[in-house]
Amino acid sequence: MEELYPITQYVNEEGKFTDDSIKEDLTAELVHSFYYNMLRIRTFDRKAKSLQRQGRLGTYALFEGQEAAQVGSALSLKKDDWVFPTYRDHGAILTFGANMPKVLLYWNGRAEGNLHPNRNIFPPAVPIATQLPHATGAAWADKRKGNKNVSITYFGDGATSEGDFHEGMNFASVFKLPVVFFNQNNGYAISVPIEKQMNSKTIAQKSVAYGMPGIRIDGNDIFAVYFETKKAFDRARNGDGPTLIEAVTQRFGAHTTADDPTKYRDQNEVDATRDQLDPLLRLERFMKEQNYWEDKWVQEISTQINEEIEEAIVEMENFPKANVEDLFDHVFAEMPWPLREQKEQYLQSVRSDQ
Amino acid sequence: MNPVAEKSTVETSKTTRSLTLVQAVTDALGTMLAEDNRVMLLGEDIGKNGGVFRATEGLQEKFGEDRVIDTPLSEAGIVGSSVGLAVNGMIPVVEIQFLGFVYPAYEQIATHVSRVRMRTMSKYTVPMVIRAPYGAGVRAPEIHSDSPESLFTHMPGIKVVCPSSPADAKGLLIAAIKDPDPVLFMEPMRLYRAFREDVPEGMYEVEIGKGKKITEGDDVTVITWGAMVPVAKKAVEKAKAKGIQCDFIDMRTLFPLDQDIIAESVQKTGRVVVVHESHETTGVGNDILSIINKTSFLYMKAPIEKVTGFDVPVPFFALEDDYLPTPKRIGEAIEKVYTF
Ligand SMILES: Cc1ncc(C[n+]2csc(CCOP(=O)(O)OP(=O)(O)O)c2C)c(N)n1
Repeated sequence: MEELYPITQYVNEEGKFTDDSIKEDLTAELVHSFYYNMLRIRTFDRKAKSLQRQGRLGTYALFEGQEAAQVGSALSLKKDDWVFPTYRDHGAILTFGANMPKVLLYWNGRAEGNLHPNRNIFPPAVPIATQLPHATGAAWADKRKGNKNVSITYFGDGATSEGDFHEGMNFASVFKLPVVFFNQNNGYAISVPIEKQMNSKTIAQKSVAYGMPGIRIDGNDIFAVYFETKKAFDRARNGDGPTLIEAVTQRFGAHTTADDPTKYRDQNEVDATRDQLDPLLRLERFMKEQNYWEDKWVQEISTQINEEIEEAIVEMENFPKANVEDLFDHVFAEMPWPLREQKEQYLQSVRSDQ
Repeated sequence: MNPVAEKSTVETSKTTRSLTLVQAVTDALGTMLAEDNRVMLLGEDIGKNGGVFRATEGLQEKFGEDRVIDTPLSEAGIVGSSVGLAVNGMIPVVEIQFLGFVYPAYEQIATHVSRVRMRTMSKYTVPMVIRAPYGAGVRAPEIHSDSPESLFTHMPGIKVVCPSSPADAKGLLIAAIKDPDPVLFMEPMRLYRAFREDVPEGMYEVEIGKGKKITEGDDVTVITWGAMVPVAKKAVEKAKAKGIQCDFIDMRTLFPLDQDIIAESVQKTGRVVVVHESHETTGVGNDILSIINKTSFLYMKAPIEKVTGFDVPVPFFALEDDYLPTPKRIGEAIEKVYTF
């Protein structure tokens, strides 16, 4: 099976073309936008981790190592498309146009963090794999409405063991829906390595069961991610149905800030792979090799990104305090009496404390 | 494909037709499919076959395969994709073949259907209806006979409705489909074809959250819903023959409960029997007791009696009559509170 699903790669670890058929589709603008977006979310991720360590954010899920997978897949979405992410995909939603202060607010335990203006971004799914049928349903509604939007949903390797993975894919293929199932195979579901997760060697091959194209790509090669996802979006927009994409990647750090990866893997070994696997390093090498690199430009965007993140942190930290009424006000359109009574009583007790 | 248009309007007619409960359900679904292009029915065997109880009979023929959809056999898939449909502008009405088969979809309901509004501060909502036949007494195989309503009344963010008559079934189902929030709609399968009743034609709604008085009496309040209504009714009639007049209430909605109708009645009678088919512990009956405790404690003349299914899995059908409340058990409870 593995031979049937070779890993698609355009640019290798040394930053050299292994397949230059995409060359004519490359523009300086595109290459720069790859680097800019990857640097932006990496800087964000590192900053978020440090904010968590300082007690300024709650538990945070890190994605360092997965930047090419997230940026490459999100970059060719159109404004009215739908994204159904997990807790680890804020790199993808930030690239799609999520509001950065809101992303930080989410990690600070605020429901307001799910409200990204002018973008169809569903809140990150915390129960594993449950978002796949949602993406299927949203794509179904778009198909019924007769427009050309697509849905993309993100999930990890562990998610492929859940029923909802299969149910969502099956529905999408039966009804030929415009949805892209984007798997980030980072090798681990918390501590469980993929060899203990499944007996199949690839995730892409699971597409066979659903009669949809299954594509295995080098998830650290942003060129592979971008061009292959774009093809899948084009197929979906043309009415040719869903695609399963397996982006083979890794997370360099812990599962979340509450996780200690040294309990289940040798972190020194992981660190030793960085030189080969880091998607940003690879793009840097490519850019230097192809004369896209300019120190001055990199410095400029670094400064700009740092400023954007600092401003987002200020905005997050100055966001008005959570309103206790919100505890009750968004459960139903019209509040049923048990909630109304509970709310009145609680507010009275809160006020009598003041 | 036609773009999904906004609502057209169906004229409400004042005439009625004599229908069974399941026909009233079909009538409600047909009315809403005609009224609103966004309404979609999804379920197993609901298309050509018209559903195992024929609740969707003829609807696919009339409204097409993209409105009345035979889905794969996949409860989480049906409910999960309905979440996506609903947030993207459709109104999915899901049929779970039997409520006992809702368990595979329970995760979707618990983690998404009931929470999307809260999680997104009402930016996204999932107006959808999950309909399912429920209950014992029809000699069905294992699991088909469950009535797990308290799994849902305990789940914030979803309403739970359970009609016991054709007219209520139609009016409540239309109200459920029009409701901006998710509704679990329990259809008592043993009442599907038990009797007929005049049901208004066309658009017709019964308000969710309001109980109904079936008979008036000053002595004992009997409270129940769904498939237990005719069972309790027999006990109420027997009691009447013995001179005990019951205030007999069909709750119709299990969340939110109609606390006014309970308080009004209990403050008159001071004696209460609560009857439900599902298990006793943590059953909806306990919420009714809690309402009585809160609203009517000083009016009580006797401890409240509950007649319910036992705290055992709904048994294979050789024993289902022993599991279910009977007119006899209910009658004994009525006498017990009356003579306390
Ligand atoms: C239904 C469910 N079971 C268990 C968990 C706890 N949990 C959170 S993340 C995770 C591992 C998920 O692994 P994978 O799908 O590979 O995604 P990754 O975290 O690697 O991105 C588990 C078991 C959960 N969130 N949901």
